[in-house]
Amino acid sequence: MECELVSQKRDMLFLFFLNITGGRSELAIKAKNLEKSFDGKKVLNDISFSVKKGEVFGYLGPNGAGKTTTVRILTGLIKPDRGEVFVCGRNVSKEPVKVREKIGILPEVSNVYPDLTAWQNLMLASQLYGLEKKVAEKRGEKLLKEFGIYGVKNSKVKTFSKGMKQKLMFCMALISEPEVIFLDEPTSGLDVASARMLREKILEMKDLGTTVFLTSHNMSEVDVLCDKVAIIKGGKIIAKDTPDGIKELVGGSVAVEVKFENGFGNGVELSKLRGKKAGDRYVIYTTDPNETICQIVEFAKKKRVRIISINTRSPSLEDAFLKILGEIV
Amino acid sequence: MKALAIAKKDVLVYYLKGPVVIFGILLPIFLFLAFWIGRHLQLNFLIAGLIAMTVFFSSTSVSPVIAPWEGQMRTLERLLTYPIDVKTVVLGDVIASSIFGILLTTIPIAIAFALGLSINPLIAIGVIISAICFSSLGLLFSAYPSNIPATVMMISALVRFPMIFISGIFIPLNKLPEFGKVLAYLSPLTYFTDISRFCLGLRTFFPVYLDFTILITYTLLFFILSVKLHERALLRRL
Ligand SMILES: Nc1ncnc2c1ncn2[C@@H]1O[C@H](COP(=O)(O)OP(=O)(O)OP(=O)(O)O)[C@@H](O)[C@H]1O
Ligand SMILES: [Mg+2]
Repeated sequence: MECELVSQKRDMLFLFFLNITGGRSELAIKAKNLEKSFDGKKVLNDISFSVKKGEVFGYLGPNGAGKTTTVRILTGLIKPDRGEVFVCGRNVSKEPVKVREKIGILPEVSNVYPDLTAWQNLMLASQLYGLEKKVAEKRGEKLLKEFGIYGVKNSKVKTFSKGMKQKLMFCMALISEPEVIFLDEPTSGLDVASARMLREKILEMKDLGTTVFLTSHNMSEVDVLCDKVAIIKGGKIIAKDTPDGIKELVGGSVAVEVKFENGFGNGVELSKLRGKKAGDRYVIYTTDPNETICQIVEFAKKKRVRIISINTRSPSLEDAFLKILGEIV
Repeated sequence: MKALAIAKKDVLVYYLKGPVVIFGILLPIFLFLAFWIGRHLQLNFLIAGLIAMTVFFSSTSVSPVIAPWEGQMRTLERLLTYPIDVKTVVLGDVIASSIFGILLTTIPIAIAFALGLSINPLIAIGVIISAICFSSLGLLFSAYPSNIPATVMMISALVRFPMIFISGIFIPLNKLPEFGKVLAYLSPLTYFTDISRFCLGLRTFFPVYLDFTILITYTLLFFILSVKLHERALLRRL
């Protein structure tokens, strides 16, 4: 009886410890009530979110929403006016250097030294992370090969194209094998194959347990990569969910896409159907696809235009994103 | 050491930039020639002045351009997001700039030897300390957060030229008027010029130990001030 009690107590104690240690180490990033103003203009307003270890977190929003500002605060480059940030369990404002030892960063607008070679840039990065020379050289060689720029490692970076520089910056962000990596629009400026390779690399890192904080304007990319997304507008988070959850917010509607002959469409008549011109076709969001398609066919008959194609699809993350931002009705 | 990695980067990137070459190497030579030609001066007086001028101009030519260039080339954000603090960055810049100053100053010292002058080995310590001192001073010029290197060069020129004339290089301190003396006491270059004179066997204005003490005090002051000012200024360059 006594024995049982003791063992029960021990179990409870064990569970208790599991809870606190587990609870603390589960989060890679925690942002609490962040506020930031520039010249009296509020750029971030009460931003809070958390990212679990091993998650890929997408941070989306239109231009000027405050994404880069958030990344700069999370990485300790600038201090918030109010609020706190914890990365890898440490307070970023109090221990910025300790935090940065564990993270990798790909800033949005930044450059490598154009007068140094790719290899010199990469080795500088490794030295500033305090890596041993042998380790750095091995990792550096592997990374440059993976990214296909090993052949030009001894060329000065000023001879590189934008995409090549971006790849080098990526290698520099990875050289320390960080626990958390911040990528501010990593695929902007990359060609199709390189962008795909980068996405594969991100998924590979995720498999290895790296936490990824990603900003991007490419919604299909976010859809493929992210476990969670937050949408920010005017410095406020207006939605926070999984990509599928965000899509459901559009409310079970379906997108009907139609293409007319000769690219027909001064959408006046069609506007009754609330269509949006997207490239050479119209997209209409509806909860009743049957009714909508009938209307389109009627419209085409009346106007004597031929329909070249018509199809329905469930709304993409991009549709949901635009709807949430209030850019479409 | 992380500061050494930064210093190495500075050496590779900044030593051959235009303003560095012009203000660091060519200018002291022209100034010196202008000063020398047509006058009958004692050789060791001349050389002592040349050494002081070289260490001053060369040490203050690399350090002021680094921060504005980093801002303009947009390499700064990447640099500041490594696990380093501003102190390390400033220290790295001072090391790179001091090495430049020390290397260039070996030239007038070599000339002195070639001319058969004897120099007190204390000059080595003097050159090293003053190179660090003037490099830190140079960093203060770029505490004004402009990303245009020319603006910073102008600020630095406005301070450097007057300093040359009030620091006893061309006109010995005892020939300066009273207010000139007051300015001279404020200039760190005065104390190195005095050391340089001493090492070339000339009469000094202050006791040499005092020269060293004041020079070291200035060095610490400039370095700490640079760190404090750049902690703010660097972020405004982003
Ligand atoms: N250093 C600064 N000084 C003044 N205003 C700033 C500064 N940095 C950012 N801002 C302002 O803060 C707002 C948010 O900028 P931020 O760069 O975070 O946007 P973003 O979401 O990253 O946009 P983008 O998609 O274009 O990269 C903008 O209105 C911008 O003008
Ligand atoms: Mg941005």
